[in-house]
Amino acid sequence: MIITSDISKSYGESTVVDGVSLSLPKGGITSIIGPNGAGKSTLLSMVSRLMAMDKGSVTVDGLDVSKTPGDVLARRLSILRQDNHMTARLTVHDLVSFGRYPYSKGRLNADDKVHIDEAIGYLDLTALSGRFLDELSGGQRQRAFVAMVLCQDTDYVLLDEPLNNLDMKHAMGMMKLLQRAASELGKTVVLVLHDINFASWYSDHIVAMKHGKVAAQGPVGEMIKPDVLSSIYEMDIAVHEIAGQRISVYYG
Amino acid sequence: MRVDAGSDNGVVSANGDSRFRGNDTESGDSSGRKKLSRPALVLIALGVAALVSIALFMTLDAKGSWSFVLSFRGKKLLSLVLVAYSVAVSTVLFQTVTNNRILTPSIMGFDALYVLIKTAVVFFFGVSALVSIDSQIQFVVELFVMVGFSFLLFRWLFLGEERSLHLLVLVGIVFGILFRSLSQLMQRMLDPGAFNVLQDTLFASFATTDPTLLGIATVIVVLTSFVGWRLMHTYDVLSLGRAQAINLGVDYKRTVAVILVLVAILVSVSTALVGPVTFFGLLVATLAHSLIGNSKHRYVLPAAVLLGVIALVGGQTLLERVFAFDTALSIIIEFLGGLVFIVLVLRRSAR
Repeated sequence: MIITSDISKSYGESTVVDGVSLSLPKGGITSIIGPNGAGKSTLLSMVSRLMAMDKGSVTVDGLDVSKTPGDVLARRLSILRQDNHMTARLTVHDLVSFGRYPYSKGRLNADDKVHIDEAIGYLDLTALSGRFLDELSGGQRQRAFVAMVLCQDTDYVLLDEPLNNLDMKHAMGMMKLLQRAASELGKTVVLVLHDINFASWYSDHIVAMKHGKVAAQGPVGEMIKPDVLSSIYEMDIAVHEIAGQRISVYYG
Repeated sequence: MRVDAGSDNGVVSANGDSRFRGNDTESGDSSGRKKLSRPALVLIALGVAALVSIALFMTLDAKGSWSFVLSFRGKKLLSLVLVAYSVAVSTVLFQTVTNNRILTPSIMGFDALYVLIKTAVVFFFGVSALVSIDSQIQFVVELFVMVGFSFLLFRWLFLGEERSLHLLVLVGIVFGILFRSLSQLMQRMLDPGAFNVLQDTLFASFATTDPTLLGIATVIVVLTSFVGWRLMHTYDVLSLGRAQAINLGVDYKRTVAVILVLVAILVSVSTALVGPVTFFGLLVATLAHSLIGNSKHRYVLPAAVLLGVIALVGGQTLLERVFAFDTALSIIIEFLGGLVFIVLVLRRSAR
């Protein structure tokens, strides 16, 4: 369980995250939704210790993220951000191997190699494993990074807008894969999503943020409702049930 | 699984020319065994070239007593090798830690800082401070000041939240100009005698290295290398960028702080030995990265050092013995390095 108690972050005058207290359940997929500037990514960055919080604390299975040694936490929780700019020139296999760094500090043993091959296979990258990242398409690159995070073999996997730059097909593939990781591998997946229909279709739990605060949270059935969504996004949103799933319509 | 296989096909057929690229690299991959040993081959070739340069440097045109020639040239060789090593290692590590391939410590104005410190000593304590105190002790004190100052600056620049590369380049250039202008201002206000002494200590070059500091410089470089060696496993992870490094459990602040201190020390050593060289580091680091082809530090670091040795020792031999020029090496190296810098900037902006 990830518990944030009263965490805040401000940049100068503007408060981006304002006293958020949340407990994210273990297991399944939790989506964080909300309008631009609601503080979703900042929240995720603080939970994953990429960003220091001004106030409050975060614990992951009882470990305080700002006090626990980095390598201990790296075996519990992994984070993938949307912008993975880097100067290093690596092959897919090299990148995925880094997922084992928290365990082996760069000296891969037989067990690590099994994990690496599994992660590469899981994301169907075996044919591409010798390719350099700069030779891949955006979707393939994204999958390589997800493979690295899965190779890290953490209970919690945090993803900041993993569907960015992916077309419909790849976005769907990515969500299915995360769903599979949650159900088959028992991971707890927390992601920031912009598309509420993806959130509705694939998540177990939804947290909505607005103006740096948690506006609402709950299971999909309680969250994907016209009144809840309309007040979060400040626009008219209709919800239809299609094939047993709630689909929001907000065009026009 | 099936879903993913489908999505993979989707990618390949979605952009047809990616299929061609795919086949291209795959046929390149079928000779993948050769590709695997490419870094090793590069290192062997560079090692041989470096040894040849060293042998030629020591023996070419040697007249008179061998023991004199060898010890005289040996000292020069040692300083050139120390400089090559310090510049190469500090540049590669700096670029790794800052996650960029354009900035180097010298472009950020850090050798200018060294000159400024040296000038400030003469300015505030008089030329007697420079002459009377043992030059090795002076060097160690300067080193501490340099590490202290650069650490504050580095800390502010690189340890907070992430900053854009453009801001860093700008800050670096501004600081470089600031340091140089301050030194010049103080140098102008010195009396001519003091200025002469100062200039003497600052005007080291590849041809006339400062031999008094060789011993202490060697010890310092060995010590820093030992610390650097122990951090070796973090370099590759750090090259993934701050977020990934933290995600993978590197104690980011501490590790980066230590590496930046090492960089500051190495920059001081090379500046003390041969004076400021702006683009040399960029030249060897860029060449090393592109020759090795991947970013693993266990290949890139030695390659950069060997390239540095070849450029300095080989270049010096060529110019001194073959063309009988004396001071042109730094000009040529700065020229080539400057070209690389421009190409890198242009390529970056084209993207």
